Amino acid sequence: MSSTTNDSAARPNIGAVEARSTAALTEARISVRNLDFYYAANKALKSIDVDFPDRQVTGMIGPSGCGKSTLLRVLNRMYDLYPGQRATGEVLLDGTNIIAPGIDLNQLRSRIGMVFQKPTPFPMSIYENIAFGVNLHERLSKSQMDERVEWSLTRAALWEEVKDRLTTSAMGLSGGQQQRLCIARTIAVRPEVILFDEPTSALDPISTLKIEELIDELKRDFTIVIVTHNMQQAARCADQVAFFYLGELVEVGTATQMFTSPRERRTQEYITGRFG
Amino acid sequence: MPETAEHIVKSYDNELKRLSALITSMGGMVESQVAMACAAVLDRDSEAAHRAVEADAKVDGLEREVEQFVIRLLALRQPMAQDLRLIFASLKMTGDLERIGDYAANVAKRSLVLAQFSVPYTLSGLAHMSRLVQENLKLIIDAIGEKDSEKALQVWRSDAAIDEIYDALFRELITYMMEDPRNITPCTHLLFIAKNLERIGDHATNIAELVYYAERGEPLSDIRPKSDSSYSAVARPKRDE
Repeated sequence: MSSTTNDSAARPNIGAVEARSTAALTEARISVRNLDFYYAANKALKSIDVDFPDRQVTGMIGPSGCGKSTLLRVLNRMYDLYPGQRATGEVLLDGTNIIAPGIDLNQLRSRIGMVFQKPTPFPMSIYENIAFGVNLHERLSKSQMDERVEWSLTRAALWEEVKDRLTTSAMGLSGGQQQRLCIARTIAVRPEVILFDEPTSALDPISTLKIEELIDELKRDFTIVIVTHNMQQAARCADQVAFFYLGELVEVGTATQMFTSPRERRTQEYITGRFG
Repeated sequence: MPETAEHIVKSYDNELKRLSALITSMGGMVESQVAMACAAVLDRDSEAAHRAVEADAKVDGLEREVEQFVIRLLALRQPMAQDLRLIFASLKMTGDLERIGDYAANVAKRSLVLAQFSVPYTLSGLAHMSRLVQENLKLIIDAIGEKDSEKALQVWRSDAAIDEIYDALFRELITYMMEDPRNITPCTHLLFIAKNLERIGDHATNIAELVYYAERGEPLSDIRPKSDSSYSAVARPKRDE
């Protein structure tokens, strides 16, 4: 058993201060300012102000219907596909408001990629799944494309498992492999930001850990935003955590601060399982 | 942080209550162990001394029980925020309480040896110190049970007074020993007894920091004035020029 020392300076500190200093957030890559979002007359996001730090992982948590997935869909303008949905305010990517009219959506979505809850491979070969997206944005030679496919599959930690069967159908992969293929497909167009919408909710625990490890690896090059219902996943993956409730951003802070000493009572009740 | 709602999973609440109950009962046990040890010295009560020594095994047993319970809670519940802080603090507190029990047992054992000597001077300084230590201990054990960070702060601040009495006692006992070498044996035991009481005060202070952290979510700063200067009471450390 430990004993104390008489020298108070030698006593280890018990908490937040030390952790905060080791988890400094970087400068914002995306800044959301005064964002409101409407599904027809229903206001789903209310005056959201939040920064997504560059090459770090932001985890968005909150109960169903709190607005976290809505915000994710605003970030690459998914909502444009649906009539009656609109956003006001600013979402600044490198200083440009990406929700303003006149933004090239194809270009935007190559800069901000998205990975969904259920793996969505195209019904084509593994190779073609990657090449498909790249062909929309770039003209590459066969050898350049081969390189790009290998690079993305390697970054997505899938290359070793599929390199001998690139021409076989992607539908034959396991769920976890399919999800890593979707991640490979997303990074193949070399985006700056990757959005993950509950990327592991359909996967087994081992596949989940592989994706989490991958996210940790990817944040060296990409700014990552992840929506998750799994609190432990947010704790494991995220540098910054944002808690949403009823369309409002209740609290945002470093993962350490949010999970050890949240400031807001609603955050505390949610993450300790006292909600409702 | 204000009182919050119950967990959705009721059995989790029950487990946290059980953890608090274990710590509180360990605290109560240690409190009476210290009281017996002090009585053993001051009243030359050998019966109390034996009981204080025997209580140690029970305290150690409770510590192991808390440790196993905490391991289980961490594995099964993956606690967050205030729950995590409470569980972490409980685990550390159980260690502090166990040490307090050890010091009490040591005081009790020394009282049995001390009883064989006639002590030609008053033990009023030691009595005063033991009173302060027991008051602080009682207060901090109440603070654990009531999750009261204000009380914890009070204990944290009042440890300085104990340190001061210890310094004074140290000088007093050294003086007796210098006056008459026959005092050396009883005075050495008394010195250790006083030191043990001072350490009990320090562990109560540790617990105060844990109670505060568990409740407030921020650590108490490390600037608590330490006034134990007994190390230099008789001879000052040489300075390197």
